[in-house]
Amino acid sequence: MTDATLPPETAQPAAKTPMQPKSLYAIDDLTRKRNAAEKRFQAYGITAIGIGLFFLVVLAYAIISQGIPAFSRTVVEVEFTLTQAQYEEAEGTLFKTRAYEEIFIGALTGQLQDSGIETPVEPEAIERIVGKPGGTIREFFRENEDRLGEPVQFDLAASSRVDGYMSGRITRESMTDSRFLMKSDLDLVDNLVEAQVIKTVFNWPFITGADAGVDNAAAAGIGASVVGSFFMMLVVLFLSLPIGVAASIYLEEFAPQNRFTDLIEVNISNLAAVPSIVFGILGLAVFIQFMHLPQSAPLVGGLVLTLMTLPTIIISTRASLKAVPPSIRDAALGVGASKMQATFHHVLPLAMPGILTGTIIGLAQALGETAPLLLIGMVGFVARGYPEGFIEGFTEPNSAMPAQIYTWAARSDLAFTEKAWGGIVVLLIFLLSMNILAIILRRRFERRW
Amino acid sequence: MPLFWLILIVLVIAAVGYVLGRARAMSSAGGELAALHSLPSYYGANVAMKVVVPAFLLLIVWLLAQPFYVNSVISDMIPETAIEEGSSRGLVLAEVRRAARGLDNAVATGAMDEEFARNARADFADISTRLRDAGQIVTSEISQPILRAAQRYRILNSTGNLIMSVAVILVALFAAFWALRETNAEFRARNVVEQGIKAILIAAASIAILTTIGIVLSLVFNTWEFFRLYPASDFFFGLTWSPSFSGRGSSSQLGIIPLLWGTFYISIVALLVAVPIGLFAAVYLSEYAGPKVRAVAKPLLEVLAGIPTIVYGLFALLTVGPLLLSVFGDEGLGIMQAGTAVMTAGLVMGIMLIPFVSSLSDDIINAVPQAMRDGSYGLGATKSETVRQVILPAALPGIVGAILLAASRAIGETMIVVLGAGAAARLSLNPFEAMTTVTAKIVSQLTGDADFASPVALVAFALGMTLFVITLGLNIVALYIVRKYREQYD
Amino acid sequence: MNEMPSIEQANAMSDSKISANKVQVYYGDTHAIKDVDIEIQPRSVTSFIGPSGCGKSTFLRTINRMNDTIDICRVEGSIKIDGEDIYDPKVDPVQLRAKVGMVFQKPNPFPKSIYDNIAYGPRIHGLARNKAELDDIVSSSLQKAGLWEEVKNRLDEPGTGMSGGQQQRLCIARAIAVSPEVILMDEPCSALDPIATAKVEELIDELRENFTIVIVTHSMQQAARVSQRTAFFHLGILVEEGPTEDIFTNPKDKRTQDYITGRFG
Repeated sequence: MTDATLPPETAQPAAKTPMQPKSLYAIDDLTRKRNAAEKRFQAYGITAIGIGLFFLVVLAYAIISQGIPAFSRTVVEVEFTLTQAQYEEAEGTLFKTRAYEEIFIGALTGQLQDSGIETPVEPEAIERIVGKPGGTIREFFRENEDRLGEPVQFDLAASSRVDGYMSGRITRESMTDSRFLMKSDLDLVDNLVEAQVIKTVFNWPFITGADAGVDNAAAAGIGASVVGSFFMMLVVLFLSLPIGVAASIYLEEFAPQNRFTDLIEVNISNLAAVPSIVFGILGLAVFIQFMHLPQSAPLVGGLVLTLMTLPTIIISTRASLKAVPPSIRDAALGVGASKMQATFHHVLPLAMPGILTGTIIGLAQALGETAPLLLIGMVGFVARGYPEGFIEGFTEPNSAMPAQIYTWAARSDLAFTEKAWGGIVVLLIFLLSMNILAIILRRRFERRW
Repeated sequence: MPLFWLILIVLVIAAVGYVLGRARAMSSAGGELAALHSLPSYYGANVAMKVVVPAFLLLIVWLLAQPFYVNSVISDMIPETAIEEGSSRGLVLAEVRRAARGLDNAVATGAMDEEFARNARADFADISTRLRDAGQIVTSEISQPILRAAQRYRILNSTGNLIMSVAVILVALFAAFWALRETNAEFRARNVVEQGIKAILIAAASIAILTTIGIVLSLVFNTWEFFRLYPASDFFFGLTWSPSFSGRGSSSQLGIIPLLWGTFYISIVALLVAVPIGLFAAVYLSEYAGPKVRAVAKPLLEVLAGIPTIVYGLFALLTVGPLLLSVFGDEGLGIMQAGTAVMTAGLVMGIMLIPFVSSLSDDIINAVPQAMRDGSYGLGATKSETVRQVILPAALPGIVGAILLAASRAIGETMIVVLGAGAAARLSLNPFEAMTTVTAKIVSQLTGDADFASPVALVAFALGMTLFVITLGLNIVALYIVRKYREQYD
Repeated sequence: MNEMPSIEQANAMSDSKISANKVQVYYGDTHAIKDVDIEIQPRSVTSFIGPSGCGKSTFLRTINRMNDTIDICRVEGSIKIDGEDIYDPKVDPVQLRAKVGMVFQKPNPFPKSIYDNIAYGPRIHGLARNKAELDDIVSSSLQKAGLWEEVKNRLDEPGTGMSGGQQQRLCIARAIAVSPEVILMDEPCSALDPIATAKVEELIDELRENFTIVIVTHSMQQAARVSQRTAFFHLGILVEEGPTEDIFTNPKDKRTQDYITGRFG
């Protein structure tokens, strides 16, 4: 290109000589080289996709393999009968719970002997394995005196160390003796497992429970934060869907070409790319500091997530509205409908499946969002129980699934790590269902014009 | 829930107005539908709309304004002497609100009667103990000025709420009456209702602008507050980040440079992972893959984008971190101290961004007209030559835009760095060292126990402002480039 | 322009450049081209005419295997260039396309400089050993395309900035730069104004000296102006082929007659 002034005369000959007539059947060296480069290039592409899919598989494996243990828990299942006489005797002693514990150990030894296992059962070891069973048992009989004299089955939660041993988190090799668990206890645990006293059962308390203290990982559950997420999603759904649809209808059907419209458009596309944490700052400053809305409340979380989700919903809703062919509008206008009627009676219903799909995907995105929730105080340890009523569900402090997972992950105890992975499984099940719903909606109502 | 009842009452008035409006229009037309300008339902809707809109607007404005008025009255009631050393007026006001809420709850549960709650004197009745007995949280002994203020606060709020309810209902009733009066057969109800709906649509669309304004204001005010307590030059050019949560932040060093460095370092690692993989994947999917491969691989890759960032955070902390540590840690190469590091966070963030880069690039590559490909194939170019020498150069602006958007994502990403990058603010070149980012520090400064008015908490807003400005700049440039690019081929 | 050298006519059948035999093209289940047999003469211009969708473009694209880039397209029968079957598995389409160039309906210069547009083909095929040779190829190609005088002072400006007619001549120059033996043109003037069209037609007439040219055209006048032989396609069938003059003045087939007299199409 530097030789732009090349005189035409000198430019004539060299390359002008026609190429030697060459057989098409003979592949020349250059072509061979070029084809090799082609193969290599294609291989890079396949490798890139392979790496991406490999990461997906690793991620899925990590989640499933580490999340599944959270769904099972270890219980010590003992059945025995407490007679009226024993009850009175126990209540008469100075260390009442101690007396119940002895009864419990007696029953447990009996079950071991029934399975033909002879092993000494020390009360200290039992306390390390099931905590303090005496208190629980005494509590039960004091409240249910009518159950005295009949066989009662107790499912007592095993301590988190034993739970860890059962789920493979703790091994004989990895553990050291501590006041929580001794190596020698594991022999007893093995025996109890053989006698079917220690069992692994499905962990319902994890699904239905609330967060527990830092020292009580075994009792922590995700239920309360699921409820928190649910109330937040209600807020997001009932605010972002109507507002998003209204805004999209305006922009797509009514907005004139002017600077105000441009301003809205620019704002929407920029908000779609603003980091989520900035929305958290907005929520903190505007909803909590300025408007004095209750801290940690799903209502505030929902408001923040609504603002965050709106751009997504507006963008997908506008795409659905745009997909409705103009002929439909013309037809409605042609029979004398006003523009508003044409939009609400004809265009909107036709675009509805697409709008709903977009909304569900927006909700799924909001459901997994964590960072803004932390700033408005929806951290995991707030989720200590279920809200008392419907309205309290919005206003009482609660957490949300991802924030709960974060709180668990940030605790150093490995038992909480397991909870965090389990929480992720629950979260992903929700997300998966929402996305499948969206896909079904799209398939079911997809319309080709 | 009195507010709930108030809303319900307004809605009932609206519903009644609808029915009456409809009936009045019908009767004024003598039952002849054709004599009406609009359909009867529009006359009803006109009345309902005129009831709901002003009533709710008044309600919202009142709800926002009342706390300001009450706060300023209460604030004047508190003498300087009641503000202890090391405390602030804001903290005392919070204490007043807590006491008031405690009294409310105590009355609600029957632990006190209204009369007592209004008139009790702290020096005669031990109000703190009584509240505590009633199960209310009281942080410190309630002094007489605070109690007086709390009682005043309750009275102001309850009168305020009463006046508000009356005013809202009156406005609703008056509007209903007025709207019913103008209802007759000639009234252009449909046009009025449609104007109203259009106004609502515009209001909905304006929320995007309001959100931006809200973000900017909340950042600017608090950042301004921060810079009054801490010099801006130290913030922007300080090389040390060591907040001290005790001593009111006077000994804190809050320099943003180490945080920015961590942010950019992690983002660069993430882009180094995501861009080549995402770009090659996009090229393969759009130029080589058959429809079947595309139908499977593309959604699978996009699953990576649908996974919440908390999952990636956990993955970084618990899977990738330990894995890297086993290779580069003391047992391996010995250049990594802990699982949380720039590399950990960057790698995982890169994985997260792969589908983002690939689907954006895919769109952009597909926007290159087929004629370009034909022209190149027609000259005997192979596919890879066409891609490298024609398609990618043609798509370059769009791809640059996509990468900038990905960079903005990486810079604003929070959960992965909070969990995967570590907490130490460091200026180091070693990618296997723990560093921290702007976003991670925003979270830690605002979720700690620091008082909101102290520099160590306010700094989060200055960090947020910086983050917002950087990502906004990147987004605007990126969106501009992508739009220009698309226009070129439209 | 359309005077017919009688010598060429005489040995038309003896050594044709391209010879197609029972060519079938399928798009998925659609049978787009049926049983086409045709002989195309070297160093002459052959026009394919016919109503839209008659398969003339499809057939043109089989000659340099451009249809390979469409997944659902399948070609049967044989097409020979200089006696070699281009659909033989031994043939690399890349090498084939260097021998059979193509110019498209819409001018499609690459978003590069004028120089790089022309140099693209020679570079990928390794036709120039050094910069000087490449410069030669670029300038001579531009000269042959009659574009040199217009662009010689702005070779580093983007090719997309030129007028439509210039762009199309640039695309022709780009095709020539690879030194093909055959140039296929798919309605090269349909996107151009009459003046630009005249220039391109003039160029085609000049190129006839060195290249075998096959041109698909929608305009019968254009076919009459530039080509020595004309083939009429209808519904995927080659209805009639012969010297252009005969086709237009004395068509043998009823369908050809109806078409050229404007009864359909």
